Amino acid sequence: MNVEQLDIRGHLAQFAPFDNLPDALLDRIAGEVEIRYFQAGSELLVKDQTIESLWYIRSGAVEMYQRSGRLFNRLSEGDIFGYSDLLRSNRRVRYPISAIEDTLIYFIPGDVFEAVCEEDDDFAEFVETGGQRLKVTVEQQRDDSGLMTTRVRKLINRQPQMVEAATSLQQAAQQMRDANATCVLVIDVTETQSAYTFTGPDGRHWQLNGILTDRDFCTRVLAEGKSSQTPVGEVMSRKVIVIQSDESVYEAMLSMLRNQVHHLPVLHRRQPVGVLHLSDIVRHETHSSLFLVNNIFVQNSPEQLARLSPEVRTGFVRMVADGANSEMVCRALATIGRAFTQRLIELAEHELGPAPVPYCFMVLGSMAREEPTINADQDNALVIDDSYDPARHGKYFEALATFVCDGLAACGYPYCKGDIMATNPRWRQPLQVWKAYFTEWMDEPNGERLLHSSIFFDLASVHGEAPMVEVLQDLIADLAPQRPIFLAALARNAKNRTPPLGFFRQFVMDQDGEHRKSINLKRRGTAPLTDLVRVHALACGSKAQNSFARLDDIAETKLLADGVTERLRYAFEFMSIVRIRHQADAIEQGAEPDNSVDPENIDSRERHHLKDAFEAISNAQKFLSFRYIMPTKQGAASAGDNARGRR
Amino acid sequence: MIPRFAMKSKVEPNWPDYLAARAQRTSESRLASFFAQGTLDPETPIGEAPLVAMDFETTGLDGSRHDIVSVGVMPFTLSRIRPADGRYWVLSPRRQLSDESVAFHHITHAEVADAPDFATIIDDLLGLLAGRLVVVHYRQLERTFLDAAIRERLGEGLLMPMIDTMSLEARLHRQSLWARLRRWAGRPMASIRLHESRQRYHLPAYTGHHALVDSLATAELLQAQILHHYDWQTPVSALWR
Repeated sequence: MNVEQLDIRGHLAQFAPFDNLPDALLDRIAGEVEIRYFQAGSELLVKDQTIESLWYIRSGAVEMYQRSGRLFNRLSEGDIFGYSDLLRSNRRVRYPISAIEDTLIYFIPGDVFEAVCEEDDDFAEFVETGGQRLKVTVEQQRDDSGLMTTRVRKLINRQPQMVEAATSLQQAAQQMRDANATCVLVIDVTETQSAYTFTGPDGRHWQLNGILTDRDFCTRVLAEGKSSQTPVGEVMSRKVIVIQSDESVYEAMLSMLRNQVHHLPVLHRRQPVGVLHLSDIVRHETHSSLFLVNNIFVQNSPEQLARLSPEVRTGFVRMVADGANSEMVCRALATIGRAFTQRLIELAEHELGPAPVPYCFMVLGSMAREEPTINADQDNALVIDDSYDPARHGKYFEALATFVCDGLAACGYPYCKGDIMATNPRWRQPLQVWKAYFTEWMDEPNGERLLHSSIFFDLASVHGEAPMVEVLQDLIADLAPQRPIFLAALARNAKNRTPPLGFFRQFVMDQDGEHRKSINLKRRGTAPLTDLVRVHALACGSKAQNSFARLDDIAETKLLADGVTERLRYAFEFMSIVRIRHQADAIEQGAEPDNSVDPENIDSRERHHLKDAFEAISNAQKFLSFRYIMPTKQGAASAGDNARGRR
Repeated sequence: MIPRFAMKSKVEPNWPDYLAARAQRTSESRLASFFAQGTLDPETPIGEAPLVAMDFETTGLDGSRHDIVSVGVMPFTLSRIRPADGRYWVLSPRRQLSDESVAFHHITHAEVADAPDFATIIDDLLGLLAGRLVVVHYRQLERTFLDAAIRERLGEGLLMPMIDTMSLEARLHRQSLWARLRRWAGRPMASIRLHESRQRYHLPAYTGHHALVDSLATAELLQAQILHHYDWQTPVSALWR
């Protein structure tokens, strides 16, 4: 009989260790499964009884107890148990198991289990190492969900909607509506069996001939004025791009990009078993990068957190290898960095007790812009409620800051060389002091204050009373557009670091230290760009922190000529991703990631793009001095008005 | 399975007697051999009973006007369901397949066009049912359609005891004192359809209206009902009708 209709195989295929089994073995297991229902509270396995099958939880949940009676593990849908007892020669149950919910069990007979262990090394390894989730390391979990290794079928969770070519468009649409599907596959009976046919439940030969998506209903039906009674076969796309259920998710993503489609029918041999949509992949990818974050929040000491820090680097390398863009990589790194910080603050509060007055822990610079790279150091500060009394509360916040900054350093975020950290008493102040700082910096800029502005004016709250940071962001956005001297000085500073391009568009190499003949992509590329974007953002009163978001705000104004923000966006993305790839390569080769790239190591096409990117920055820098002129005494007010008025 | 006829049983109708009588009377050899195998001793504990879940998809609800288009059968016991032992047939209805029924169970005109007639599966089907107690969800449908289909082809009808998971559900949720109180208070009645009944026992949702899937769903439902409201010692006569 056709067990596939019972969805046993489909369910197994979503969970480890079945998800990575070849189709043939999965078919075999699904064909031998036996089923039984257990009521909540009932004992499933009693100590010392013999066990004959591997137990798989189809639905429900169970608990496993140690000899002492202590809870040992809790398992739910898709988990297996009994394998360690099956692997023992006497096959006796060591840990009793009982159902904590009504539970439906699939039994996989012992001989089938043995045969699968024999044939599939990964499966054997999973069960032999007690591969239950309890013991699976972060490393393995992430690898399991990597785009390269995850098979397409794992993302498929329901049967495809199928219609025959003669079906009317209306009927097909109704079927899509009822199933909440975004496409239907069009199949028809054929006389002869061929390499393109599959056998239906009726025993006849069917062939997948077309696909009709919700988008097609717009472009091929409504736009063409087709009647709702038109047969599906008349309007369907005949060119069906498919993928085998064994293929990797990465392959599926490539195929979608290459063929410009969002729906990919998934075949098990020639039988359609589902349809993969682009959003399924996006959802899957988000989930796997969030995994580390989840893990961060369950660690209970800075030492435990520090043990996770190698995972950040491997995760970074994987994302880059998977083809993520710079925005995705940086946002993931920012999310992870924030998670580390938040967890450390929670742990500090747990140790020191609740804060005596409200406060907000804020991050500054690249972390606040959500643009950190893998080698970013920490920049942070504390904003405390105005009821702060240094004599009574000072010790608490000093201890909190020390705990967090030391913890961050242990987790791979080096101390800030410029001492911009909450441990510095100057950056651990009540809100009114911060307001005074910021106002002073803008009113009377000097070298140090400008340097501080370029760090502190990228700010975001991480923990505590977020409105305090919002007050500061509002203050900056309100004042900055009216401070032309400040803007002009900041603009002048933003031009200090120039792109490494000579007069004839040749690269000008740095000659510093061990990086002979190299270009520092941060100092010569992304940093000057973020600096100049910040000047424009401050001038137009933008409250955005992220450079791409700031460029969006700037584009709303007439501050820059048409197309300039687009070019800057492209330059930023390109330089960032080259730098990120360079760092990922370094990590993979066991070296310390840095920002210095030898142009000789970049292929000629990328080199060309890199020059374009540098040129875009160079032009934008020239525009800065033209746009933000140091005002004479009388001109001061009007220049400021001008910047505002053009919003 | 050796039939032992417990004449003391007060259950009406007396199924062992009925089957024995039919075995004597019938002139049709296949039915005679089926009836001769009898049914279970009414006192058999349900936990020891060989069972078989059965589900039909039909062209409509009237056994005299509509036909069976697919049959799913799943032998099982309270301790094990073996999906690999299940059987599924698509059949050709003698009467027109309506568009509504196509939309309902997704078996299309083309699929049934070349399908065999019910006559061709009678031997296999009776072989699977013999010696086992049949379990259905809503016995009115399976009982009438099976009876009519057999009568048309073999000249005599076929009746046998069945456990109806829907009527078990009705007893609990519609006929109990609590259920009547609820109804009196104007609250909606609990749904006793297969899917909704399964939800009450936290059984997973399956794609409905496929005869084999529904037979598996019915088998699981009975396992759950017995554990929650009866026990494995309950005699089959307390459950069958």
